[in-house]
Amino acid sequence: MRLLNRRPGNVGSLVSAAMPFALALVVYVAASGVRLADNPDDKLLPSLSTIGEAVERVAFEPDRRTGDIILWSDTAASLQRLLIGIAVAALVGLAVGVPNGLLPWFGAFWSPWVRALSMIPPLAILPILFIAFGIGELAKVMLIVLGTAPFLMRDVEQRVRELPREQLVKAQTLDGTTWQIALRVVLPQVLPRLVDGVRLSLGSAWLFLIAAEAIASTDGLGYRIFLVRRYLAMDVILPYVAWITLLAFALDFALRKLNRRCFPWYGA
Amino acid sequence: MAFVDVRNLWKRYPGKTVLENVRLRVDEQEFVTIVGASGCGKTTFLRMLLGEVEPCQGVIEIDGERLVPEPRADRGVVFQRYSVFPHLNVLANVLLGLDFGASALLGRTFGRRRALDIERAERMLDRVGLLSSAKNYPAELSGGMQQRLALAQTLITEPGILLLDEPFGALDPGIRADMHDLVRELHRELGLTVFMVTHDIAEGFSLGSRLLVFDKPRIDPHEPDLYGATITFDLPVGQRPDVDSVVNSINVRQEA
Repeated sequence: MRLLNRRPGNVGSLVSAAMPFALALVVYVAASGVRLADNPDDKLLPSLSTIGEAVERVAFEPDRRTGDIILWSDTAASLQRLLIGIAVAALVGLAVGVPNGLLPWFGAFWSPWVRALSMIPPLAILPILFIAFGIGELAKVMLIVLGTAPFLMRDVEQRVRELPREQLVKAQTLDGTTWQIALRVVLPQVLPRLVDGVRLSLGSAWLFLIAAEAIASTDGLGYRIFLVRRYLAMDVILPYVAWITLLAFALDFALRKLNRRCFPWYGA
Repeated sequence: MAFVDVRNLWKRYPGKTVLENVRLRVDEQEFVTIVGASGCGKTTFLRMLLGEVEPCQGVIEIDGERLVPEPRADRGVVFQRYSVFPHLNVLANVLLGLDFGASALLGRTFGRRRALDIERAERMLDRVGLLSSAKNYPAELSGGMQQRLALAQTLITEPGILLLDEPFGALDPGIRADMHDLVRELHRELGLTVFMVTHDIAEGFSLGSRLLVFDKPRIDPHEPDLYGATITFDLPVGQRPDVDSVVNSINVRQEA
């Protein structure tokens, strides 16, 4: 049998998927052991038990200075910024993308502007945001909005343009007005595609969040990582990175489930 | 005066004439089938009747009024594909036309009005044999059922003219025969004026009351796009005219 026709079964898939993770762990433990044998005070590759202690300290014990449990207060601060930013970006994407794709005159006016806007590297204007909005929450949320909204606007516009011409003509023969067609024909079909667009832009939203927190913040997951970097506290950084990865995965998973549940006709 | 009056209709694109000097008068309740080689402009003609394509020259009048180049509720349409809305279930697809008519702002109805509309939509679904699938999404229906749904959806708003653009082209022969019966019955019951574009010449002869053949009367061999097509045969069908000569002329052109 050709290699391209050999498929793993259920158990095979599970084992195959787990293998690289296990392998990475094994390699880490081995490398960490070698370094620690050389120098017990090595901070670069802490042992699993050191990491465990650090996790217990940040995730289960109140901080001595503030009384908060650091991991949870950081997570709450970061998720709040991320979710507000991405929600605003999605609304803007919808509010600009739908008319851009549906109304030729609107598109003629705004479409080139959106295309130009989306070419600006968002991190390059981060200083402008800090100057304009101060170093509070607003600037960080705005970075996420400015970083993801142009993509979502263009994506939604494209999805609207992809709707078959026949559907729009048909809706007109049923006497739909522009507004009714946008509301009943275009919008419901664009929503699940918007959710897919949001899933794709979550990666860059995290990037902008952590960048903003690293530069000007007093809490948040990105802030913590860059703070403890000064003490080479790999035992905190590594679990934080794993935690961020897990959060990103959970958000993606939740959005996928949302699409399945709310739009059963989509992707069928 | 004719119900649909087409006078001196031209459609040109840069470097290409699609239709030239089309003249046609159709009375109410006629069933007009339109055949012709691929690219002869028969679909373009239908889209001009629909209002989706604007003629370069000439006039289309419906019931004495000049046609506005925009799809309107007096002309229903069923395309070969994409005629129904994938995000609405079968019942909601049929309700959509009633919703549009009832609420300008929300585009849907509520309460008692909705109950009455649902009753009406269900009668229409029953008529086309889809009542048992009312809660299904279009993707769960077969091709024939989707076209039945498209017909029901269009006819619920009671258009006087029904435009069909190769509606059965993608269906199996057995299903197609059922659909022919349905369309024939609906045409009679509702007093529709029907224009149907088809690839299938036999369908064109058997289904309608009048057959139009679109073809190019003149061809410049060095520049085949120079001249456009027009109506070269206009036959009352049912009287079995000279079928062979029509079929031959189309076949010759398709091979060329």
